[in-house]
Amino acid sequence: MASWTKITEVEHIPSMGSRVVHYGEIEIAIFKTRDGSIFAINNECPHKQGKLSEGLIHGTNVTCPMHNWDIDLKSGEALGGDSGCTNVYESKIENDTVFISL
Amino acid sequence: MKEKLIVIGNGMSGLRVLEDLFDIQKDKYDITIFGEEPHLNYNRIMLSYLLSGEKTFEDTIINHQSWYDEHHITLHKGDKVIKINKEDKKVISKNGKELPYDKLLIATGSNSFIPHTIGSDLENVIGFRTKLDSDTILDLISKDKTAVVVGGGLLGLEAAYGIAMHGIKTILVHRSGSIMSQQLDRTGGRLLQKNLESYGIEFKLNTTIKKIEGKSKVESVTFTNGQTVESNIVVFATGITPNTALAIEAGLDTKKGILVNDHLQTSDENIFAIGECAEHNGNTYGLVAPLYEQAKFCAKKLAGKDSDGYTGSTLSTRLKISGVDLFSAGDYLGDETTEELILLDEKVGVYKKLVIYQDKIIGIVLYGDTADASWYLKLLKEHTDISDLRTKILFGKSALSGDAGHGGDDISAMEDDEEICGCNGVTKGCVTKAIKEQDLKTLGDVKQCTKAGASCGSCLGVVEQILVNTLGDEYNDTVEGICDCCDVGHKEIKECIDTNDFDNVYDVFKKLDWKTDDGCIKCRPAINYYLLVKYNDTKYKNDKRSALINDRVFANIQKDGTYSVVPRIWGGLTSPQELKDMADIAVKYDVPTVKFTGGQRLDMLGVRKEQLEPMWKDLNDAGFVSGQAYAKGLRTVKTCVGNQWCRFGTQDSMQMGVDIEKMTWGSWTPHKFKIAVSGCPRNCAEATIKDIGVIAVDSGWEIHIAGNGGIKVRVTDFFTKVETDEELFHYIKAIMQFYREDAYYLERTAHWVERVGLEYVKDALLKDKANLDACAKRFDISQESAQVDPWEQSRKDGFTKEFSPIVIAPENSESFEAKERV
Repeated sequence: MASWTKITEVEHIPSMGSRVVHYGEIEIAIFKTRDGSIFAINNECPHKQGKLSEGLIHGTNVTCPMHNWDIDLKSGEALGGDSGCTNVYESKIENDTVFISL
Repeated sequence: MKEKLIVIGNGMSGLRVLEDLFDIQKDKYDITIFGEEPHLNYNRIMLSYLLSGEKTFEDTIINHQSWYDEHHITLHKGDKVIKINKEDKKVISKNGKELPYDKLLIATGSNSFIPHTIGSDLENVIGFRTKLDSDTILDLISKDKTAVVVGGGLLGLEAAYGIAMHGIKTILVHRSGSIMSQQLDRTGGRLLQKNLESYGIEFKLNTTIKKIEGKSKVESVTFTNGQTVESNIVVFATGITPNTALAIEAGLDTKKGILVNDHLQTSDENIFAIGECAEHNGNTYGLVAPLYEQAKFCAKKLAGKDSDGYTGSTLSTRLKISGVDLFSAGDYLGDETTEELILLDEKVGVYKKLVIYQDKIIGIVLYGDTADASWYLKLLKEHTDISDLRTKILFGKSALSGDAGHGGDDISAMEDDEEICGCNGVTKGCVTKAIKEQDLKTLGDVKQCTKAGASCGSCLGVVEQILVNTLGDEYNDTVEGICDCCDVGHKEIKECIDTNDFDNVYDVFKKLDWKTDDGCIKCRPAINYYLLVKYNDTKYKNDKRSALINDRVFANIQKDGTYSVVPRIWGGLTSPQELKDMADIAVKYDVPTVKFTGGQRLDMLGVRKEQLEPMWKDLNDAGFVSGQAYAKGLRTVKTCVGNQWCRFGTQDSMQMGVDIEKMTWGSWTPHKFKIAVSGCPRNCAEATIKDIGVIAVDSGWEIHIAGNGGIKVRVTDFFTKVETDEELFHYIKAIMQFYREDAYYLERTAHWVERVGLEYVKDALLKDKANLDACAKRFDISQESAQVDPWEQSRKDGFTKEFSPIVIAPENSESFEAKERV
């Protein structure tokens, strides 16, 4: 069963920025949008495995730095004319700490 | 109740019929479309650009979701019609939908024809027709494997080019002795082959595939010459077969394709067929122009309007490979009854051939210079007697009038019935008329309304020129949104920022009624740039989160997510000690690849993000600063050795390069900015393809501007000559500042000067001394805050903290002790 894993204090994730989390073999990108919401997503663009953590965040989307695919942080789905999907992880903030369901 | 129209196939020809139909009558039908592919309607002829990475998939979408919504079209993406019941007028889809129709349009296109060969049923033996094919190719290709493309026709060459652009070893095999033998004679084929070989494509002519081997997937390919190569992908571009299965099963008349009359009706009058799946008068077509001609007549019939009907098409071809200009039409080979007019310059790579029969052009081959393609095609189509023109005809239309002018002159000399867009059959007159009558202002409007330039895009330059000629001064005021977030152009945005005060990009979005809260990858970096231009780093804090990745982390991201690190080597001049220090650092961080760059410095590639901070510190400690090889700003100042050593040198170009780099480093510009200094007119520093090229002459320095060595090479324009070093510095500052303030974000100097004109820049700086001085002064002021090493600064202000990953060991995660690795 998936359980909540503590990741880091929320202040360690820059606003409109991201951090990379290594959990065993898994690489997750955690984003903070402008309203302070947190999203966790597999750090791999469904297109050519670009590192989404390095992308530009706008709204609840991130644009992959490799070929500018837009990925919806809520669903992991590619937007616009592209199709593909990457894993998303549930996340929450409690006592200024970020948890991901792994 | 509206009549029901069902379209089978969500591709270019089917949707073109609908667009033409809406132009005649908007609400006649309730429309449902079935598309087998899971996408919106995209421009299949741009697949080669998609494959080569020159365009994104988004760029190739023709009809966006909003178009379907606007016309109340129900689109079933990824669902395929599997049966037509023409007695009950119904279709049945794979997903189990059963829908009635009044009119049915079959636009199922064609399939790749893969000839039966040993191993042709293995996985990764594919055609090149769809986005899926392109994606599959992109997924499979890798540096250590060879890609094999079969078929040297249009599609095969485009596929091979697309693959080779990724640096993949690509072999193209072709059955006959000359490529594109359906559209080109041997001379043209040879020139084209030579050009494509320079992209790294290896040709095997008079060769086919003997066998493909592998367990379940392709592992090796053996050719008929006995040679075997290791390969993981075989792309067949050996022709197409009209997709007629549905029609045959439904009992419609078919031969090669689905038989249609001049109104594109099949043997059942309520069922239409169009495009590659249809056969008209014994011909099937695989190019876009004829399909679009058919669409017009099909739409008229569907709208219930009379027309003379479709009578077939003259085929002409353009190859969609960047940097290759090629056009052919009609009977390009000729026979013993025909004459040929030929102009061939192999060195320059220009070949023009007109095939003449009884004083009329019946065939055209143009290679390397296709500027007159539409004129020749018009002469061909109209059967014009060319006996009076023949001594000059090969030199083009401008040679006839004795006017060798460029650009605008040629366009205004064009006649109204001359075709400018071959794909969509649009004449100059159509475009001019549409611009005037429908009050069109932008290239986008013209594309949408007339379809000129909307398919392969190779005529867009001409279309824009017509727009400029028709609108005159008004054209400059036209506005096209810089992205989907807004309806304003760069010019309006800059004016707004100039006349109002803003603290951040989001305030600009609010003021200009952005449709999104945060903008997007296109607009946010642009606005951030314009704010920086206005306020400098002192009054506006460069918003890193609005910068693209490389500008944000001060390093160039690579395809595997690692970075490259390039320290500044002033003027390309280094020392043994510097090289030693850099070597020690490269060894310490186990840098996998060290390479000399074209800008005369060292690139350390494959550095992990968390290594950046300590590596930068070591570099800083050794006296290096960032080379800003990632920046939209000053990159390098390339030099030759000049008169310190060279017996031809007239000035000290090395020292000058160092001085210029010391003066300009750290400056940010709309796009990257490169400078070079050559010590004599032999120009060993290649200064004439740089943003600013300085060339030493006996009496001083020549300044050249707006060169570019990218996809389309542009040689610099001579700007002015100065006598002293001080004047040279002064001009360079002023030019950079004027460019920085005047150009649009992401506009290189080459494009900027093409847009505004060299005279405009000269007027602003050479004729207006006060402005020259003011620009140079503003450059000085901005440099005061810009000349800060971003590596040192981001280490000191703590920005690099976020570069390290947060590592969590799964076994500890229950009790979680999230440790941040330093």
